Amino acid sequence: MNILPLFILIPIGAAFALSTFDILKQERKKVLVSNITAAAACLALTVLAVMQIGKTGTFEMGGWSIPIGISLVLDGFSAPVLVITGLVSLMCAVFSFSYMDMYSGREKFFSLFLLMVAGMNGLVLTSDIFNLYVFMELAAVSSFALVAYGTMKEELEAAFKYLVLSGVGTVFILMGIALTYGHTRNLSMVFIYNALSSGSAGSGMYLAAGFFMVGFGIKAALIPFHAWLPDAHPAAPAPVSAMLSGVLIKTAGIYAMVRVLFLLFAADLSVASMLLRTLGVLSLMIGVLLALGQWDFKRLLAYHSVSQMGYIALAFGIGTPLGIAAGLFHLLNHSVFKSLLFLNAGAVFYRTSTRDLRDMGGLNAVMPVTGYTSMIASLSIAGLPPFNGFWSKLLIIIAAIQAGYLWLGLWAVLGSILTLASFAKVQRYAFVGEIKDKFKEIKEVPLPMAFSMIFLAVLCVLMGILLVPGIRAVVLDGAAEVLLNPSNYIRIATGGMP
Amino acid sequence: MNNMPLAYGLAMILFAVGLYGVVCKKNAVKIIISLLIMENAVNLFILLIGYRKDGIAPVMVKGQEASEFASMAVDPLAQAIVITSIVIGLSIVALMIAIAIRLYDRYKTFDTSKMKDLKG
Repeated sequence: MNILPLFILIPIGAAFALSTFDILKQERKKVLVSNITAAAACLALTVLAVMQIGKTGTFEMGGWSIPIGISLVLDGFSAPVLVITGLVSLMCAVFSFSYMDMYSGREKFFSLFLLMVAGMNGLVLTSDIFNLYVFMELAAVSSFALVAYGTMKEELEAAFKYLVLSGVGTVFILMGIALTYGHTRNLSMVFIYNALSSGSAGSGMYLAAGFFMVGFGIKAALIPFHAWLPDAHPAAPAPVSAMLSGVLIKTAGIYAMVRVLFLLFAADLSVASMLLRTLGVLSLMIGVLLALGQWDFKRLLAYHSVSQMGYIALAFGIGTPLGIAAGLFHLLNHSVFKSLLFLNAGAVFYRTSTRDLRDMGGLNAVMPVTGYTSMIASLSIAGLPPFNGFWSKLLIIIAAIQAGYLWLGLWAVLGSILTLASFAKVQRYAFVGEIKDKFKEIKEVPLPMAFSMIFLAVLCVLMGILLVPGIRAVVLDGAAEVLLNPSNYIRIATGGMP
Repeated sequence: MNNMPLAYGLAMILFAVGLYGVVCKKNAVKIIISLLIMENAVNLFILLIGYRKDGIAPVMVKGQEASEFASMAVDPLAQAIVITSIVIGLSIVALMIAIAIRLYDRYKTFDTSKMKDLKG
């Protein structure tokens, strides 16, 4: 039996089931049942995704073959992204068990949460550019509602800003799809490859690529288009911020952008790579410089998301097999340590009710789990050995130098040093040093929150093993094969037939 | 088909008008309306891509040859895309209006320049 549709069916089914739990009268029962359903769905997704590593496959929805129907395609690029989506959503769901006690309506929260997961899984798997747009909107609409979840002034304002900018991005993407369809008369990625590889791309394709670049740039929050992210991510509840920064901007932003750009410019990648490298370096430097001056813990993390997205875009822009493997590796690592950092910020907020770094201090003494896991995540994002962030940044720098972009390597090192400075500030003000009197009585966070933080911290330490040659060949190198060589993708998408 | 470039250009101008509204207007309701204009410009553009002069509706009647039908009908896929995108656009606009109303409750104004709790 083909399990690819399950990646969409499980979360959508669970989301609809959750929305019926409103009939349970007791609040306690409602919370318990919602928790169990959400965690079970995320766990199932994670297990299924881990089983798919290194495999390829295709599923024709409704039994219609392309180009009439839409097919789901699993390849070396989508499998690792599916795993990380499942894993981060599982950890965020477990974290929400305790954290979401601050808010009401547990079943509605998890319903939206799982719809977002379904949208992300769908857009990772689909092989049809219009279907990609539909799934992207499914994920985006649920994320708008989740950002506004608290319905206070700040949340509403952030959600409105996010909605408007993301709506503009959506319209740009749709225009890009329209131009691509007008040029190739097809929406299936396989047939677009075929149509574009035979003839010249033409100026129409450059126009389409420009629209796609702006649209996905807004979704990925690359620098000229980043304005919504530092508002939207801090305003959301902590597990939602972790999901948004951890996986949503990657799947809906970078993943979709790389897929579509490498598809449109399959014949000649030089323009697309140049654009990705430029946006990447800009985001990487400006993002980290803006982060340095922030005192709001979550806002600082949000600016670092912009900066780290720059690293990923830069790595994909290098365009060599090593560069693409490095980009994918950094994407996975960033999902883990950035969601961990957002969960840490949430844990601190849960106990101290503040996000201002100047109000904290010496929290290591009373919240050791939060303190030490955030230390691991900070060292990881700053790129210190032996944590995962070091290995992926090293790989990006090696790939840049190998491809002859010495300056890019230099920028990457400089960005990494500034990141270290910024996280030294976080550790210094929030976690080490003298504890303030008003915080002497607080306790460590409850078990579910501590569990998900410890699990992600362990992953931060262990993910370096993805670089061991045998494992790397299975997990990371598959992406370059399908991105740089469309014939491989066509072979997978058509089920092995030429 | 002589007027097609003109029609494409007009759709693009409508798109630019909407973009101007989203970027420059300060009133939340006007921003929502501008976004709607942009969406409809794109919908119009997609329909124009599938358009054929003197084409028939893409519904095949009994006894019609498939090749003859294909040479006469307008492109049905473009119409299917537009319907889907209208539905998605509706959900986004509904959510935007809901949030705008809640914002009005909190601030007693639709002027986005007066909503300044978030900096930058």
